[in-house]
Amino acid sequence: MTAAAQTRPILTVQGLNAHIAGQQVVEDVSFTVPATGITALLGRNGVGKTSTIKAIIGLIERTGAVELDGERIEKEPTFKIIRSGVGYVPEDREVFSKLTVAENLRLAERDAAPRRQLVEELFPDLLARSGQMAGTLSGGQQQMVSLARALLNTNKILLVDEPTKGLAPKIVAEVAETLAEAAKTVPILLVEQNLHVVRQLAGGAVVVSGGRVVHTGNALEFLDDAELTQQLLGVSTEPAAGKTAAKGAAL
Amino acid sequence: MSTVVLLLFTGLGLGALYFLVAAGLSLIYGLMGVLNFAHGAFLTLGAFTGWEIARRTGSDNWGTFLLSLLVGAAAGAAFAAFTEFVLIRRLYQRHIEQVLITVGLSLAAVALFDGIWGTDPVFIQGPAWFKETTEILGARVPNDRFVCIIAAVLVLLALVFFLKNTRYGMIIRAGVENRSMVTALGIDVRKAFTLVFTIGGAAAGLGGVLASHYFGYVSPMLGGSLLIFAFIVTVIGGLGSLTGAAIAAVAVAVLQQFANFYLGGTGDFVVVLALALVLLFRPSGLLGRTS
Amino acid sequence: MTTDTDAAGTNRAATDSTGSKGTGAAVRETRRTTVTNGPGRPGRPRLTRRGIAGAAAGLAGIVLLVLLPLLNLSLPGVLPGPTYTPGSLQLLAMCMLMAAAALTYHLLLGVAGLLSFGHALYFGAGVYGLAIILQNLDIPLLPAMGLTLLIVIVLAHVVGSISLRVSGIPFAMVTLAFAQAGSVIVGRNPDGRTGGDEGLTLRTDNLPDILVGVANTRNLYWLALAVLVAVFIIVTWVQSSRAGHVAAAVRENELRVRVLGLQPYLVKLLIFVVSAILVSIIGMVFLLLQSGAVPRAMSADLTITLLVMVVLGGVGSRWGAVIGGVFYTILDQRLTTLANSDAIAALPDILRVPLSEPLFILGTLFILVVLFLPGGLTGTAQRLAQRRNRSRGTGAGDSAGNDSTGGHAAGGQSTAAARDILEESA
Repeated sequence: MTAAAQTRPILTVQGLNAHIAGQQVVEDVSFTVPATGITALLGRNGVGKTSTIKAIIGLIERTGAVELDGERIEKEPTFKIIRSGVGYVPEDREVFSKLTVAENLRLAERDAAPRRQLVEELFPDLLARSGQMAGTLSGGQQQMVSLARALLNTNKILLVDEPTKGLAPKIVAEVAETLAEAAKTVPILLVEQNLHVVRQLAGGAVVVSGGRVVHTGNALEFLDDAELTQQLLGVSTEPAAGKTAAKGAAL
Repeated sequence: MSTVVLLLFTGLGLGALYFLVAAGLSLIYGLMGVLNFAHGAFLTLGAFTGWEIARRTGSDNWGTFLLSLLVGAAAGAAFAAFTEFVLIRRLYQRHIEQVLITVGLSLAAVALFDGIWGTDPVFIQGPAWFKETTEILGARVPNDRFVCIIAAVLVLLALVFFLKNTRYGMIIRAGVENRSMVTALGIDVRKAFTLVFTIGGAAAGLGGVLASHYFGYVSPMLGGSLLIFAFIVTVIGGLGSLTGAAIAAVAVAVLQQFANFYLGGTGDFVVVLALALVLLFRPSGLLGRTS
Repeated sequence: MTTDTDAAGTNRAATDSTGSKGTGAAVRETRRTTVTNGPGRPGRPRLTRRGIAGAAAGLAGIVLLVLLPLLNLSLPGVLPGPTYTPGSLQLLAMCMLMAAAALTYHLLLGVAGLLSFGHALYFGAGVYGLAIILQNLDIPLLPAMGLTLLIVIVLAHVVGSISLRVSGIPFAMVTLAFAQAGSVIVGRNPDGRTGGDEGLTLRTDNLPDILVGVANTRNLYWLALAVLVAVFIIVTWVQSSRAGHVAAAVRENELRVRVLGLQPYLVKLLIFVVSAILVSIIGMVFLLLQSGAVPRAMSADLTITLLVMVVLGGVGSRWGAVIGGVFYTILDQRLTTLANSDAIAALPDILRVPLSEPLFILGTLFILVVLFLPGGLTGTAQRLAQRRNRSRGTGAGDSAGNDSTGGHAAGGQSTAAARDILEESA
């Protein structure tokens, strides 16, 4: 964390606002993502984490300043932002269900020399299923396709939105492992509800509430502070009490 | 029996025309969410340019006919590309305004055709073979029906090949499913927009030349009247589905012909009735995305 | 919208002033006390004063229009002759009817956000329904109109309930298809009932004498004016009723309305049917004015004309629809005259051909408005007024809220109302 803080951040978000259908979903959000390791973007359900990610790459209308590796990108269209070196793994995976696995991957290739070999090594399962329609894959396999699409290219940053959502524990572990592996070469901004995964992976943490950033700091320190976690995420980090607390927060 | 066969081929010929219009409409709507009222104008322009070629180079030979198909398709494609590039693109994502633009364009274009070629139908002649008939199971089927059917089948095959086997085809298929994710992979989807408009315009222009031979005349209203049935076809087939458009085009046209003959000229109502039934029981169309 | 803080309240006052006296204002008044919290109150006294001024201006305008057939006014370039001549009155009456028809389309598009391409079906049903009934049955005008209305109500329910199963662009296509079926029936001329392409001449045997003949054009003019005023009041009332507010809320965010347990489908159907009924009545008066039914009355072209009027005037604005309707009708008439003039005939082909086609010019104009003047004529006027006010400094919000722009404020009002619904039920 301290080492990362000394170098220039890879991504700087300053005063980001975003609207969907006239409703403000991101309000004056500011944070930075260091150039190494995994930074977790945390918060309760519906506080604007996904919207923040989408606003960064221009999938929803936004104002404010976004700087990627020293370049301002907030005025650029989505495809140019992605091409300048962003890998995006969306919530709910969003694979093209009527395209084959191979087509899904080919569509994502934007480098002159995409790292097909790496992807094949990471996800041997996909190679075997390359002719299958992506819509017929299991959730875990679709997540592999979605991750593979981002890992095919050389990126300055990966934006990964809830990669373990709805997956079986075994697959969750696999996904976490993949992310840890990827993080050795590329910084990641990770939205994740599963706090075990966050503990396992994240260095820094940015906590959002009501569309605003309410806390930034070290992820482990944050999660160890039970009171603060309870207050900002509505969950206790103690597994036993976790469920009831989450329910209380939802109501 | 011979009546049934004749009706079937006449229906297939008409279905071929519907398909040529609906294919572009459906792809454009599927990819961009644009309901293109100007599509009929693309067809009419194709028909008139085809007619001009026939008029200038002597109508009664195959060379002229093939040339008129080519030029008609090119005219439709050029008009469509212009429409997308100059008008539609400025209103990216504003679907209502995009529809309005195409409505205005269709009004202006049809009026301009009126001014240039007059409001009365101009009659057209193709190669003499068109007016001859071929006997199939006792029915004497006019040959121009076959030309329409073959052309539409070739267009369908070419489109399917393009969509399945080229990178742009892949982008279009992916974009119909989830456009924003395509841009989130770093792809400039606007190029695909211009492309589907151009392809749709070419198919409509081709359809215009064929329609002028099928009906025997060209008039500024030609596109508008086919367009409405093409709308019905795209809704029944499922918006954005090429195969759906093909199946629905044939089904609608054949149904229309049979109803016209056996139910006392009620073809158009039967088609609207079919539309109502599809909407009641399957609002997303035969092959549409179920949402 | 305005420079002062009570923007929402001011806009409402502006709409109050735009001609609705009584019902609409009263309903909104009660709504405001029950729904809005706060902002309107401080400005109340000023609102009332301005409301009265606006109502007075509206009333004066109507009085002037009522007196028009008795006056000898000339508007060269706009009207074909002095205002008392049948030709001018006919054109003015047509403007009134088209403005009223545009208002009913505004109810669909501007209020409920329904892009219908089948509105001509109900206009045409009014025209042809009444013409055919008068032709074949020996009953007086009013019962004949009642019978026509009954048919339209059934028709609108059937088509509306099917079409509203889809929304957005598919809805546009489906309504178009149904209207086309109507247009086809008219063209086919079943049993010689509709007259096919030729249309039907109005049978006048059972009509009151005061509505027959060129000499009585001014009576028809007054009738058209009455229809316009009545439609304006009804549209205002519907818009400010609970159904209107729910419709506006649906337009903004259908999902949320559904989540709140309200029924978007039924509300949209209601708006659809009301709009169809109103336009069919306008169609019946159109029949009397034109002394005949023509296939164009049932064509997609007519729907598109109404759409063009509403967009030209400014979507979401009642006054926009009225202004768009009048502007389009006069422009269309003028351009047709121009097209046949010697000046155009003398031009070289490249200019003559486009200029001799009124629809080419109107279509191009329409495209330009959509591209460059979002908000149409009223929206642009409002923006210009605002800019002027801003450069003049404070306290100038008054003039922007009034007259022609008041209607645009109606858009703002229904948006605010939509929020009310969402918040109130939350």
